[in-house]
Amino acid sequence: MKRNLLRLAGKRGAWGFPYLIFMLIFVLLPLILVGVYAFTDHAGHFTLANFGQFFNQSKDINTFLYSLGIAIITTLICILIGYPIAYILSNANLCKSEVMVMLFILPMWVNVLVRTLATVALFGFVGIPLGEGALIFGMVYNFLPFMILPIYNVLKKMDKSYIEAAQDMGASPAKVFTKVIFPLSMPGVISGVMMVFMPTISTFAISELLTMNKIKLFGTTIQENINNGLWNYGSVLALLMLVIILITTWVTDSNDTSESAGGLI
Amino acid sequence: MNKSNFIIELKNISKSYGNKVVLDNVSLNVKKGEFVTILGPSGCGKTTLLRSIAGFVTPDEGQIYLNGELINEMPPYERQLNTVFQRYALFPHLNVFENIAFGLKLQKLPKDEIEKRVRKVLKLVSMSDYEWRDVESLSGGQQQRVAIARAIVNRPQVLLLDEPLAALDLKMRHDMQMELKEMHKNLGITFIYVTHDQEEALTLSDTIVVMNDGVIQQVGNPIDIYNEPINPFVADFIGESNILNAKMIEDRKVEFMNHEFECVDENMGVNNPVDVVVRPEDIYILPDKDNPAAMMTAKVMTSIFKGVHYEMTVITENGYELMIQDYNCFEVGSEVGLIIRPNDIHVMKKERLQNTFKGTMADSTHVKMLGGVFECKEQSWAEGGEDVLVNVAFKAVDMMDDTEDGVVDADVQVILYMGNHYHLRIRTLESREAVFVDTNDIWDEGDIVGIKILPKDIKINRVANEA
Repeated sequence: MKRNLLRLAGKRGAWGFPYLIFMLIFVLLPLILVGVYAFTDHAGHFTLANFGQFFNQSKDINTFLYSLGIAIITTLICILIGYPIAYILSNANLCKSEVMVMLFILPMWVNVLVRTLATVALFGFVGIPLGEGALIFGMVYNFLPFMILPIYNVLKKMDKSYIEAAQDMGASPAKVFTKVIFPLSMPGVISGVMMVFMPTISTFAISELLTMNKIKLFGTTIQENINNGLWNYGSVLALLMLVIILITTWVTDSNDTSESAGGLI
Repeated sequence: MNKSNFIIELKNISKSYGNKVVLDNVSLNVKKGEFVTILGPSGCGKTTLLRSIAGFVTPDEGQIYLNGELINEMPPYERQLNTVFQRYALFPHLNVFENIAFGLKLQKLPKDEIEKRVRKVLKLVSMSDYEWRDVESLSGGQQQRVAIARAIVNRPQVLLLDEPLAALDLKMRHDMQMELKEMHKNLGITFIYVTHDQEEALTLSDTIVVMNDGVIQQVGNPIDIYNEPINPFVADFIGESNILNAKMIEDRKVEFMNHEFECVDENMGVNNPVDVVVRPEDIYILPDKDNPAAMMTAKVMTSIFKGVHYEMTVITENGYELMIQDYNCFEVGSEVGLIIRPNDIHVMKKERLQNTFKGTMADSTHVKMLGGVFECKEQSWAEGGEDVLVNVAFKAVDMMDDTEDGVVDADVQVILYMGNHYHLRIRTLESREAVFVDTNDIWDEGDIVGIKILPKDIKINRVANEA
C-alpha cells in the first residue's frame, strides 16, 4: 500500500491533484449549484418556472439583447482599432515595438475599477456626458489590450516566407495582406474575440460607473437578483449567459481550422 | 535596342550587412533555357544572390537585368520569376489546389483556365490525386512537389530554386533530382538552382557557378569544373581530391611529394610554386611494391568499402597522406606501389605565396594591422603613422586555442588538407581580413582562434619609399 502511494506521488499526473481539488470546489461545484438553483424553486422542488419568468419579463429580455448588442459593438470596435495597431507593432523594428507593446499593456496593470473611475472623473472634467457612448468607450478602453496582444503574437510569429511566396506569385502588398496575412492571423483574431466578447457580455461595474446606473447591462441584472436573495432566478440568468458564451466558443472553435492557434501567450 | 542573348545579367553586384560583405562584385550571365546551379558552402552568399534576383534583397551596388531590362527597382511581385523556397512556404490556410491557383487567381484568369492549368501541373509533378488535400497533411516530398507546381504554373521566364531538396532524405532527393532535370527539359524554362550539395550540382546543371565568401570562384560546365578546378578551394569543394604543394620544374614536368612527375601542363613558368590536384580515382595501385612500373611505394592505412569502390588512405614513402579509390581491396598495412598518369595531374597556379597585409607603424617596434597591434623588429626609420605592407609566411601565423593568448581573434573558414599539412583560411573577427595559415594542428571550421605572429616573422615594407 505504501509503495503504491509512493509510486502514485512519483507520477507527474499526481501533482495535479491539488489543482483538481481546487477546481472541484471553486469551478465545478458553483456550476452545479447554478444548475440546481435554476431548476428548483424556493422549497427546492424541481421546476421550470424560473425560465418562464425570464421569458415573460420583457424588461430582462431587452436587457439581455441590449448587453449582447453592446458586447458585439465593443468587440467589433476592438478589432477595428486593435488589428491595425497589432499589425504596425509586429512590423516595427524590435526595440521600438517592444516599448510600444509595453505601453499598450501598461493600463492592464491598473485595476479595472480604478481605470474606470478615472475615466468617469476625466469625462466629468472635460464635460462629456456619461451614457451609452461613454459606456462603449470604457469597454473598448478596458478590453483593447486583450484584442491587440493575441493578434500581435500571431503576426509576430508568422513565417515571413509566406509573405515572400505571395509576392513572388505576383501579389501586390494589398493582396498579400488580404490573401495571406489576414487569413493567417485569424487564430489571433479569434482569441482576441473570445477574450473581449466574453468579459464584456458579463461586465457590470463599467456600465454602472460610466452610465451613472442609467443603463443596465445583463451582468448588473444578475448581480441585483443575487444581491436581493433571488438565487433561483439569478441562476437562470447566469445559465443563459453561460450558454451564450459556450455558443461563442463553439462557433469560434469550429472556424479555427489551423492547428497553430495563437493564444495570448 | 540591341537585345542580349542572356535572360539574366548580373553586373558587379555587391551587398553587405553591417561590415559583413555577403556579395562582393559578382557578375554573372545566364542564357535562356539554361540550368544554372550556384554552388557553395553555407554562408557563401549564394542565397542572397538568388534573393536579389527574386527581388527580396536590394543590392547595394550593381545592376540586375531580366531580358535586357534593368529590374533593380522592380518589386518582386512585378518580376516574371517564380521561386521554390527552401522551406516550401506553402500557405497553410489553403489546400493544394488553392495554393497552386494562387498566382493564377491574382491574374484574374477564367475559372476553367485556372482549373485546366492547375490539373496540368499537378499531373506534371505526379500529384493529381491530392488536389483537395490540406498542405499540412502532406509529406516533405509531396509538399516540395506542390511548391514546384505552384511556381511553374505561372509560366515564369526563370524559375529560382533555393536548396529545394535540402530537407528531403537521400533516396527522395535522387528521385526528385531526376524529375527536376526532366521537368527542365520539358518546360524549357531557365532554372537557377542554389545548393551546397556538389553532387546535386554535377548531376543537374548545364553550368555550375562555384561561389565562396561572396565571390564567384569559377563558372563552367560540370565536367570542366570537376576536371579543371581553377583553385584548391574549388577542387576541394567539388568531389574528393588530393591537393598538394608542388613545384613546376619546366613545361610538362612537375615535382610534388619529393618526386618528379610528367604532366600535360605548359606555360606555368620554371621552378614556380604551384598547387596540384589528383582525384582519388586517378591514382593506380600496384599490389606489388617492387613492380618496376611503380612510381613510389606507400602503405595502406585505412580501407573502407563504399559500395562500388573501396576508399583507402595511404601514406607514401615520403610521408604524404593520399586518398585513393579503387575497385580492388588492399589490406590495411600492406605495402603497395602507386602510379599517377600525366593526364590525371591537374596543375593550378598559386594565388598567393604568402600573406600580405596593409598596416600602419604604431612606433618603431609595433605595427598596426588586422585590427590589432603586433610587435615587430625595430624599424629605425619608423616614427609612427607610416603606411606599410606587411608580409607574413603561411607557416609563421600561430593559432591559439585560447583567444586571450592571441593579438587578434579570427574564425576558421576553409580547411584544405595538403597531404602532409593543413592549409587554412581564417578571417579576423574585427577587421574581416583573410589570413592564410599552414599548420599541422587539426582545427574545425567555425573555431574561434587567437592569432599571434613572432616579431622576426613580420616583414615590413615601406610603401612611401617605393612611391
